[in-house]
Amino acid sequence: MSEQEGNQDPQLLVKELEEVYETDYEIGQDNVNAFGLDLHNPVFFISALLIIVLVVTALLFPEAADKQLTATRVAIGDWFDWLFLSAGNIFVLFCLALIILPVGRIRIGGEDATPDFSLMSWLAMLFAAGMGIGLMFWAVAEPVGYFTEWSGTPLDAGGGDAASALGATMYHWGLHPWAIYGVVALSLAFFAYNKGLPLTIRSTFYPLFGDRVFGWLGHVIDILAVLATLFGLATSLGLGATQAASGLNFLFGIDPGLTTQVAIIIGVTAVALVSVMRGIHGGVRVLSNINITLAFVLLLFVMFAGGLIAFFSSVGTTLGGYLQYILPLSNPVGREDETFYHGWTIFFWAWWISWSPFVGMFIARVSRGRTVRQFMTAVLIVPTVVTVVWMSAFGGNGINQVIDGVGELAGGISDSSLALFQMLQNLPFTNVTSFLAIVLVLVFFITSSDSGSLVIDSITSGGKTNAPKSQRLFWVVIEGVIAGVLLAVGGEAALDALQAGAVSAGLPFVIVLLLMCVSLTKGLHHELQLIRYGSAESS
Amino acid sequence: MFKKIMVPVDLEHLEKMERTRQLAVELARQYGAAVCYATVAGRVPNRAASSPEVLAEKLDSFASEEGQRHGIQTEAIVKPSTDVIIELDRKLLEACSECGADLVVMASHIPGVADRLHLISSNAADFVRKSKVSVLVVR
Repeated sequence: MSEQEGNQDPQLLVKELEEVYETDYEIGQDNVNAFGLDLHNPVFFISALLIIVLVVTALLFPEAADKQLTATRVAIGDWFDWLFLSAGNIFVLFCLALIILPVGRIRIGGEDATPDFSLMSWLAMLFAAGMGIGLMFWAVAEPVGYFTEWSGTPLDAGGGDAASALGATMYHWGLHPWAIYGVVALSLAFFAYNKGLPLTIRSTFYPLFGDRVFGWLGHVIDILAVLATLFGLATSLGLGATQAASGLNFLFGIDPGLTTQVAIIIGVTAVALVSVMRGIHGGVRVLSNINITLAFVLLLFVMFAGGLIAFFSSVGTTLGGYLQYILPLSNPVGREDETFYHGWTIFFWAWWISWSPFVGMFIARVSRGRTVRQFMTAVLIVPTVVTVVWMSAFGGNGINQVIDGVGELAGGISDSSLALFQMLQNLPFTNVTSFLAIVLVLVFFITSSDSGSLVIDSITSGGKTNAPKSQRLFWVVIEGVIAGVLLAVGGEAALDALQAGAVSAGLPFVIVLLLMCVSLTKGLHHELQLIRYGSAESS
Repeated sequence: MFKKIMVPVDLEHLEKMERTRQLAVELARQYGAAVCYATVAGRVPNRAASSPEVLAEKLDSFASEEGQRHGIQTEAIVKPSTDVIIELDRKLLEACSECGADLVVMASHIPGVADRLHLISSNAADFVRKSKVSVLVVR
C-alpha cells in the first residue's frame, strides 16, 4: 500500500486518519447526577416530559387521539409509500454489498476483539429482539389471510394462491426487515466499538456532522428514538396482553377481561425486572436460549404433525413464491393493489423502521467481536432462511387446513390473534402445544421489555452503559405502567393511538437510516484505510 | 501478614478514592506487600476509555506510576464485562482469585459506578459477603 501512496509515511497517514475521529466530547459529560441517578440532559428530561404529555393526552381523549394519530400514520403511508419501499430495497442491497465487499473483513471492536457470546446465544438474542412475537402471531394469520382474501391480496392476485400468499409473507418477514435492523445495528456497533463513540443513535452521524451530533441535532434524534421505542414496546405489551388473554380464553375458558390482561402485564413486568437484575448474560441471554429451544420444539412438532411431505412441499412453495414475487412486490411504481400495498407492506415497513433503533441498538450491544461479513450474514441471511422454514411449517399448515376444509381457519380469519391456536387445534396434543405457544409469546414479551429498558437507559444516559441499575429497573416499570394504565383507563383506543404515533416515527427514521448508510460507508472506508496503512506501518 | 493487596479502582473517578488508595499504599509498605489495581471494564466505550484494551493500557501505566511514586510493587488486572453494572461483584471476585490477593482494600461504593447504586445495594457489602479473603472497606 505504501508504494501506491507515493512517498508518504504510513505512520503519518495513520495519525492523520485517526485524528478524524478524535473528539473532546466525553461520554456522560452532559449528564446530571441527582438522587443517585445518572441522566443525560436534556434527552432524559424532554423525553420524560413528552412521555407524560402524550400518555395524559391519550388517556383524556382516547378516541380523538386514536383518530388523529391513525390518520397521521395512514397519511404518511399514502404520501411516502415510495420512500419506504425504495429505502427498504436500498437497505437490502447495501447489506448484501457489505457481505461481498472488502469492508466485510473489518471486525467489530477491532482486529483482536473476540465475541462476547456464543454463536447460538447470539442468534437466539437476534431473534428474540427482532421479531419473536410477530412470528408467533402472524406466521399463520398472514399467509392464511391472503389465501382466504381476508384483507387484500398481494398484487391483487386473488385468494387461493399458496405461492403468492407464502411469498408475500416471506417478503414482509425476510431480507427487508432484517436489512433495516442490520443497517442500524452495524452502524451503532461500529461507531461505538471501533471508533469509541458513545452507544447512542446520534453517534452514527459523526462522520457527517462531526461534533455537532452532540448538540441539538443529536438530542432530537435520540429523543425520537426513546419515544418510538418506549411507546412501541408499551403498546405492544398492552395489545399483546389482550391477545394473550384471548388466547387463554380460547384455550382454557379464562375470562379475557381487564383483570386477566392487567395480570399478564404485571407478570411480564415482574419477570422482566428479575431478568434485568441478572444482566444481559444471566437474564436476556438465558431467556432467549430457553425461547429458541421451545420455538424449535414447537417447529419440529408442527413439521411432523402436519406431515413431512406437506412441509417440504410448502418449503418449495414458500421459496418459489418468495423468489417469484420479491421483485414485483419491491416495485413502488404503478401499484394498484391498494389494500395490500398500504395496509400490509407500507405498514410493516414503517413498523420495522420505527422499531429499528431499539432492535438495532440491542443487536449492536451483543455483537462485538464479529466481522462485518459474519455480522451481516447472521443478521440478514440466517434469519431469512429460518423464517422460510418457520413460515412453511406454520403458514403452510394453515393453508393446507383451509384447502382441506378443516377447522375454523377454513372459514377465513375471524380474529388474527387466534389463527395460530386455531391451526394448532387441528393437530394432536392441542392443549400442550397451545400452552407452549402462549408461554413462548409471554417470554418474548419479557425479553423485549428487558432489552428495551437496556436500550432506553443507554440513550437517556448519553450512551453510558454503566449507569445505575435502578434506572434500567425504572424503565421496565414505566413500560408496564404505561401499558396497564392505557389499557385500564383509555382502553384499546388509547393503545392504538400511541401505537400509531410510534409507527409514524418511521417517517423521520427512514431519513435517519438512509443517512446512516452514507455515514457507515464513510466510517467503514476510513477503518479499512486504517487497517491497510496500519499493516504497512508494522511491516 | 499480607502478601498482595487488591484495590478495585475506577479511572473515571480516581479523585473520589484518595483515602482508599493512600491506605492501600501504607499497608503495602508496612507489610512489604504488592498492590494489584483491578478494574472491571465494559465492552462499550465509557468515559475512562474507548475499549477494554485501551483501559488496560491506562490502568497499567497508572499502576506503574503509583509503584514508582510510593516505592511499592504494583500490578494491574482488567476484567472485561458485557454488563458492568450487573457483573461488577462477580468479576472483582474473579480478579481477586486470579491475582492471588490475600487482602482487598475497597471504597464502600466503588466510585462512579457503585456509589450511586445505593438505591439497590452496596457493592462492598455484597463483595464482603462472597469474598474468601479479608476485605477492608473504606468509608
